[in-house]
Parts: sequence; C-alpha cells; structure tokens
Amino acid sequence: MTYLAKSPWIIHYDASSCNGCDIEILACLTPMYDVERFGIINTGNPKHADIFVVTGSINEANREVIQNIYNQIPDPKVVVAVGICACSGGVFRECYNVAGGIDKLIPVDVYVPGCAARPESIIDGIVTALGVLEEKRKNHISSPMVTDHDHKAHHKHAQGGAQ
Amino acid sequence: MSKQITIPFGPQHPVLPEPLHLDLVLEDEKVVDVIPTIGYVHRGLEKLVEKREYTEYVFIAERICGICSFIHSQTYVQGIEQIMGLEIPERTQYLRTIWSEYSRLHSHLLWLGCFADSMGFESVFMNAWRLREHILDDLEATTGGRVIQGVCKVGGVRRDISPEKLDEMVKGLKGIEHQLQDLTNVFLHDSSIQHRLKGIGVLSKEDAYYFGAVGPTARGSGLAIDIRETGYAAFGKINFKPVVEYDGDCYARCAVRAKEMFTSIDIIEQCVKKIPDGPVDMKVTGAPDGEYLSRAEQPRGEVIHYIKGNGKKNLVRHRVRTPTFTNIPPLVTLLKGCELADVPVIVLTIDPCIGCAER
Repeated sequence: MTYLAKSPWIIHYDASSCNGCDIEILACLTPMYDVERFGIINTGNPKHADIFVVTGSINEANREVIQNIYNQIPDPKVVVAVGICACSGGVFRECYNVAGGIDKLIPVDVYVPGCAARPESIIDGIVTALGVLEEKRKNHISSPMVTDHDHKAHHKHAQGGAQ
Repeated sequence: MSKQITIPFGPQHPVLPEPLHLDLVLEDEKVVDVIPTIGYVHRGLEKLVEKREYTEYVFIAERICGICSFIHSQTYVQGIEQIMGLEIPERTQYLRTIWSEYSRLHSHLLWLGCFADSMGFESVFMNAWRLREHILDDLEATTGGRVIQGVCKVGGVRRDISPEKLDEMVKGLKGIEHQLQDLTNVFLHDSSIQHRLKGIGVLSKEDAYYFGAVGPTARGSGLAIDIRETGYAAFGKINFKPVVEYDGDCYARCAVRAKEMFTSIDIIEQCVKKIPDGPVDMKVTGAPDGEYLSRAEQPRGEVIHYIKGNGKKNLVRHRVRTPTFTNIPPLVTLLKGCELADVPVIVLTIDPCIGCAER
C-alpha cells in the first residue's frame, strides 16, 4: 500500500442487486473488516468520490441514475463491478428487465465475482482499483462522458424514464 | 397557505443502501404529501419460472432478496412441498426454523445498525454490525454461505448440523445475548434517542390495519399479526409470543425489533432442545400440479409466495408479495405531517427492503 497517494473515497450504488452484495459492502466498513483504516470512506456525494462501486445489473429505470453518478465523479475515476450480477447479469441475465452487466453502459475497470461477493473479495477488488486509480492519475487518463441517447431513441423512451 | 415545494429523496441517498425514490411535497419544513416511485431494482424474476425447472428455481427465489434470502427459499419450497403433498422429515423442519431465526437475528441487527447510522449514532452502528458478524459466522459454518445460504431444496435441506455444533451455537448465542442486552439497553433508554423517536411518525392501529401494514410495522401499532403463529415449519411446536407495542410511533417499532431479537434467540434454544434425530431430506419425483399460497414471517413481515404448477417441470406462475411492498402505503401515511429532517429516520423504521419489494 506504499503507493497510496491519497485516501480514496467510494460511492456505492445498488443498480438492481438483491441486497446481498450491498450488505457485504457495508460489512466491509464495519469493525470485522474495517476498510476505513485504509482511509476508504463511503460517501453519498459523487463529486467527493474516486471509486464507483456498483452492485447489480442495468435495467430500464436505473440506466440514467448510473450515468448521472458516473458522469459527476471527477477524474481520475475507477469503476468496480461487485458481484456476478454487475459483471454479467448473473442468475437474472435472462430476466426481461435486465440488460446485462454494468460494462454495457459504463467502462468497468475491476470485476469482483461472487454471489454474493464476499467482503474479502470486495476489499481485494477495491485495492486493485487503487492501483488502477494511481495509474490513471499518473497518466492523466480522463474518462468519457456516458450517454445513452441511442438507446432511448431506439426504444422510443418518453422524457424522464422508462416505458 | 404557504408555497409548496417538492424535494426528491433518493434513489441514491446517503441513508439508503438501496434505491427508493420519494417525492416529498413540503410546506416550509412540514411534509404535506409523499409520492413514492419504485422500479429501480425491478428485475422481473417471476417470469423466469418459464425458463428454470421448479427445483432450480429455488436459487432464484432465494435471490429475491439478500437479507431475507433463507426465508424466501423456505417459503417457496414449502409451497412446492404442499402442492406435491410431501411429508418432510421432522428434523428438516427444525433446521429450517433455526436458520430462519438466524436470518431474523442478522436482519434485525443489520437494521439496528443502519437505523442508528441514519440518526448519527455511529457507535451503535458499528457495534450492531460487529455482533452481526457472529451470527453470519454461524450461518456460514452451518450452511456455507454468509448472506445467500443456498441450503434449502425441495424435499429437505442440503446440510445437517451436528449435535456438537448445535450446542456450540446455543453457547455462542448466550454470549451474544449479554452484549445485545447492553446494546438495546443503550438504544432504548438513551434520552436523545427517545427524544427523536417518541411521538414521531405515529401510525394508529386503525390506519395500520386499513393500509395493510405487516410485521414489526403492524406490531408496533398494536396489531398482533405474526405468521409464525400459524405454525409452519416447526413453529407450531415452539412456545413463543409475538412482541407487540401499542404506541405506534417510531420508538414502538424500534422496540418491537429490539425485543424480537431475544425472542429469536429463545426460539433457537427451544429448537435445539427439541430437535429429533433423523434424515434431513427425501427423494422427490414428479412435478407440482396445483396451486398454493405459501406464507411465512420474514424479518419485515408477512411474505406470500403464490405458486401454480401444471404437472410439468416448469411452473406456470410464481408471484411474490413482499412485506416492504405492503408497508409502503403505511409509510406514506406516517410521513405526512412530519418534518423534513425526520424523514430518513421514519423511512428506516419500516425497515425498507427494496430488493424484495421490486423483485
């Protein structure tokens, strides 16, 4: 951890997860695993965050929320997909309202497997993300603005939500 | 009349681990109307019965929610077993009871932590989640999973618990009970907590009944509804009383959950004393033909699984009515008339579980 230049803050969004991975992320913050000792804090404000932790897969209602959060996080930023639903859709991949993994919408840097992902693997994923974050910071890699206008036009969405 | 403004609460909000969206209509600081929007976590898993066989679907049913996972799988397999007329071994029923009470303990501790966090009581948050890890350790040691257990199957359970382990679990719970007593004592008798909870968000008994509140939300308003009393699994052979409080405010709902944790520990102890020897599963052949409405008491209230089969491997219909979904109309009633700063606390007193509610 000697390369850690700053305390990375994370923002967590539950896309369409069953809660299993979400409560494991919360468990990481509490005394048993305690990631705050590395300076990692779970914040509610995207503008404060460096690492975007997403659980669950994309559906019609949360596409815009995920994009909004992603676009608002300042560069450099890293996305960690936690749990098999965020990686590929998992057991729900064939559901009618599941579009698949988070990487269908925003670029993902680290994939954490598991159903539900164990706190150990989540911490491992976040630590891997720290390396990616440092890499991006050094090389001034900026992330793209994400929009899904094409998707909306394709599905003829009404303003402000899914139909 | 002063001017009305609308403030969005969620879907991404610091006190909510899950996306619930409420539009709060305010007059000054008073909430005059609440418009809930759900659908951020909707997956549409009920339709998957068409693609998965009824035995495989247990895994999907379990993943309706990661907090009440065991009870969802239990309710589903109970429904299937009722349709197929299976006589499940006695030991299985006791094991299912023990695990479902463990789930309740872990869920209530999780709620206690999140709730304390929502009102800025960080040390209770940390201590509740520290105790919860003991419960999760026992769940992991006996089932193999921390939050998604995968131990229920049609016709029984996948693993047995040895008598030594059962004794060890009871000893462990005795140790936790003292710490839990300390924790709930602080939480229920602290003057600033009482100041924030007493008389806030009052749901009258009539409203609770009229709007269909279930679980601790109903029991906090004096309605003694507890599906465990119908005696599914081994609950019929266990001696317990549902915890009921009569004030209907935030404090009453918290007190119900805090006291229920001790009831759960008591139920587990009784189960360990009474559990008979025998097999834990049975061979199942054929497929369900018929329909059944399977009910169980989740940490948040009554859950209903409607299951319909036509003698083929795939079910025709599976429909779930979860406790949080029915608790949303009471929540809207409670929020009307409260102050904006109390909204996060009041929302968390119904223990919302959006993963369940939207499926």
